[in-house]
Amino acid sequence: MTTYPEIRTHRLKEHLSEEVISVRGLCKSFGNNKVLDHFDLSLYRGENLVVLGKSGSGKSVLIKCLIGLLQPDAGEIEVLGQSIPDLDHEALDQIRVKVGFLFQSNALYDSMTVRENLEFPLRRHWIKVNQDEVDHMVMDALGNVGLAHTVDMMPVELSGGMRKRVALARTLILRPEIILYDEPTTGLDPITAGEINDLMVGIREKFQTSSLIISHDMKCVRMTADRVIVLVNGRCHANDTYVRLAASIDPEVHRFFE
Amino acid sequence: MGLVLTMQLRPKLVEYGVEAELPAMVGIAIVREIGPVITALIFAGKIGSSIGAELGSMKVTEQIDAMEVSGTNPFKYLVVTRVLATMLMLPVLVVLSDAISLYGSFIGINIKGVTSAHLYWDMVFRNLSFGDILPAIVKTYFFGFAVGIVGCYKGYYSSKGTEGVGRSANSAVVLASILVFIIDLIAVQVTDLLGFN
Repeated sequence: MTTYPEIRTHRLKEHLSEEVISVRGLCKSFGNNKVLDHFDLSLYRGENLVVLGKSGSGKSVLIKCLIGLLQPDAGEIEVLGQSIPDLDHEALDQIRVKVGFLFQSNALYDSMTVRENLEFPLRRHWIKVNQDEVDHMVMDALGNVGLAHTVDMMPVELSGGMRKRVALARTLILRPEIILYDEPTTGLDPITAGEINDLMVGIREKFQTSSLIISHDMKCVRMTADRVIVLVNGRCHANDTYVRLAASIDPEVHRFFE
Repeated sequence: MGLVLTMQLRPKLVEYGVEAELPAMVGIAIVREIGPVITALIFAGKIGSSIGAELGSMKVTEQIDAMEVSGTNPFKYLVVTRVLATMLMLPVLVVLSDAISLYGSFIGINIKGVTSAHLYWDMVFRNLSFGDILPAIVKTYFFGFAVGIVGCYKGYYSSKGTEGVGRSANSAVVLASILVFIIDLIAVQVTDLLGFN
């Protein structure tokens, strides 16, 4: 399944009303290293937004701030109308159920089988769900990523692409409204990376999720983005559709599209 | 431990003509001090390093972050459970270790003499009082807590990749072992103050 940016952008205009993530003036430093410097971002419902930047530019720091894994030095972060830095642990957990996160390293629990990995978030949040329902939800989530046959395997027995799919299934099992992807195609061969890209687009179509995708893989950006933000020196350097940015003469933007 | 201790003590006791007190001496030494401390040190080496390495590798592979973003409190799920497990299981291990040591001592006594099992156990338990057993068991809960909390702390705050995992496991063992000695020292003072000695 390959979709084209122009078509998606046209359709997206109908949905650009509700902001699900809003970042204003976000600053984050590690010692003297200023990673994010008054960064702004808006993600709208149903949109696939890609943050493009070179390695070490602060892309992963950005999404870790969005989910409350890192505390920003300054700035406002609102996710689904809630100010993330001001939330207590319990309120943050409630938000996190609605926001899926796909880690660059997949972060599968390596002491658990695939089934247990997927059951884990369900058991923590939907305590009253009986085993039959849990089994059904696990198989359904694995079916969505085409890996139902791996249910009793250990993560170590899976290939890189399969692990990424299982991690995606684990992210999907709580039916999040927003999914944050941290470099989803890094380390994968071009064919598997293409399959993951298709899956991300397919998930948006099927579950009506909004996605923030961190990437420097231009094929991933082209296939998945409704809109692209170029992150340079910790700031939002450009913000437009893939097609317009590809035609840009700005040297900082042009470097990514060469 | 019991076998070696018996074989080391026997010549001196024979020299002073108090060989008959060997079961009582070994029993008190094992139950009050050697059993709890040696078991806690082995426990720190095996379980403390294992917890440090496990949590450390979970940290560097972002599994703890994954737990957090799925809305699970990793402190409760990973730390509290492990600390409770070490606190509850170390006393059980110490009782088992004491029993094996005392049995080893019985074998040691019978290598160079003949003492019936009935007489041996009678001499061991006749010289042990409530004040010997209770403080020895109570301090093992603190040893277990120290091993668990240090292992979890070192693993949870592990950094610098795989090298950091090794360092966490190593420092968990060292710090937990030092804490075992410090807690033991405090326990002796407290036991003395409470009149158990």
